[in-house]
Amino acid sequence: MSFVPDIQVICCHYTSQQILAESKEELRRDGLPENVTINRFACGGKIRETAILKAFEEGADGVCVVACEPDKCHNVMGSRRAAKRVEAVRRALAEMEVEPDRVMMFQLERGFHPDFVRAAEEMNDRVAGFGPSPFKEGGR
Amino acid sequence: MIVAERKPVNEIVEMIKDADRVLVLGCRGCVSVCSAGGQREVEILASLLRLGRMKEGGRLETIEATLVRQCDREYIDEMDKWDGEYDAVVSMACGVGVNFIANLRPGVRVYPAVNTTFYGGSAEQGVWSEQCAGCGNCVLHLTGGLCPVARCAKSLFNGPCGGSQNGRCEIHKDVPCIWQQIHDKLENLGRDDDLDAIAPIRDWRTAGHGGPRKAVREDLTV
Ligand code: SF4
Ligand code: SF4
Repeated sequence: MSFVPDIQVICCHYTSQQILAESKEELRRDGLPENVTINRFACGGKIRETAILKAFEEGADGVCVVACEPDKCHNVMGSRRAAKRVEAVRRALAEMEVEPDRVMMFQLERGFHPDFVRAAEEMNDRVAGFGPSPFKEGGR
Repeated sequence: MIVAERKPVNEIVEMIKDADRVLVLGCRGCVSVCSAGGQREVEILASLLRLGRMKEGGRLETIEATLVRQCDREYIDEMDKWDGEYDAVVSMACGVGVNFIANLRPGVRVYPAVNTTFYGGSAEQGVWSEQCAGCGNCVLHLTGGLCPVARCAKSLFNGPCGGSQNGRCEIHKDVPCIWQQIHDKLENLGRDDDLDAIAPIRDWRTAGHGGPRKAVREDLTV
């Protein structure tokens, strides 16, 4: 059977508000893969490195961080802060010889969900190509 | 403050490979201010170390804690509450903290999580630069407050050297020549004549070249 990754989306309230108003069925109809779980935070600025790392500890194969466009963050700096933290996690993954692209940042227009779905799909395809997280079962 | 930065994660993972339970210990002093080893960095590193162990197919238990300082005996004593609960300590304090734990707890395996880099300050957020080298015989009263020991690539006392070009140090175009700045500053203060005096050959023993240094304050000892 082909590998289906566990993709965790960590996103800010404002970018996910519209998408989370939809039912599971509606989301599937829009194309959001079933193996994608959305975790909402109050703001990109609240998304810390530990939230991303915790997702890996709990078995994620890839983490997709979504927040507002850099200059249009509802809380001014939140999305830029999130992007810096994603970069820090990517550096740490590289230091551990793990594909940095298992964590990606997407800065999207608020409430515009086709792009949101595309981001999740892109992440899903990329991580499916990498295979299971090396943190699971010692990468075996 | 003392500026430090985290070592690459894989190096720390390797240090602790024989330990199954690790106390990741931050410090609320300088390394918290420069975001290298405070509580937040402790939480991040503990998670990274657990992941590093998971990658090897094992499991690592971590205790995450931060002491007020790791450079005073009374704060090190606080470690005792975790006695028997860890196999090794990963200290996120500067090298002083790691040495203090090693000195005061001879039976404890302690490893450094950060590289202690310099004494510096932060003039813009997220950027630190070296300002003093702790030479033990400060000359800032002669140099307009600008340090020729830490901030001149050759630690000259009668600068600039012949490599100073357009206010830049010859080691790199991004590095200002501190001796150019010392001349400019003293000129602005109307004290450029001071620079006519030749500084004598310096005794570097106070800078650590005479062995480890120690300060004893009789008025404070008990
Ligand atoms: S002269 Fe010595 S003590 Fe003074 S700032 Fe420079 S290195 Fe520090
Ligand atoms: S160019 Fe200036 S700062 Fe650089 S080594 Fe020479 S005197 Fe020192």
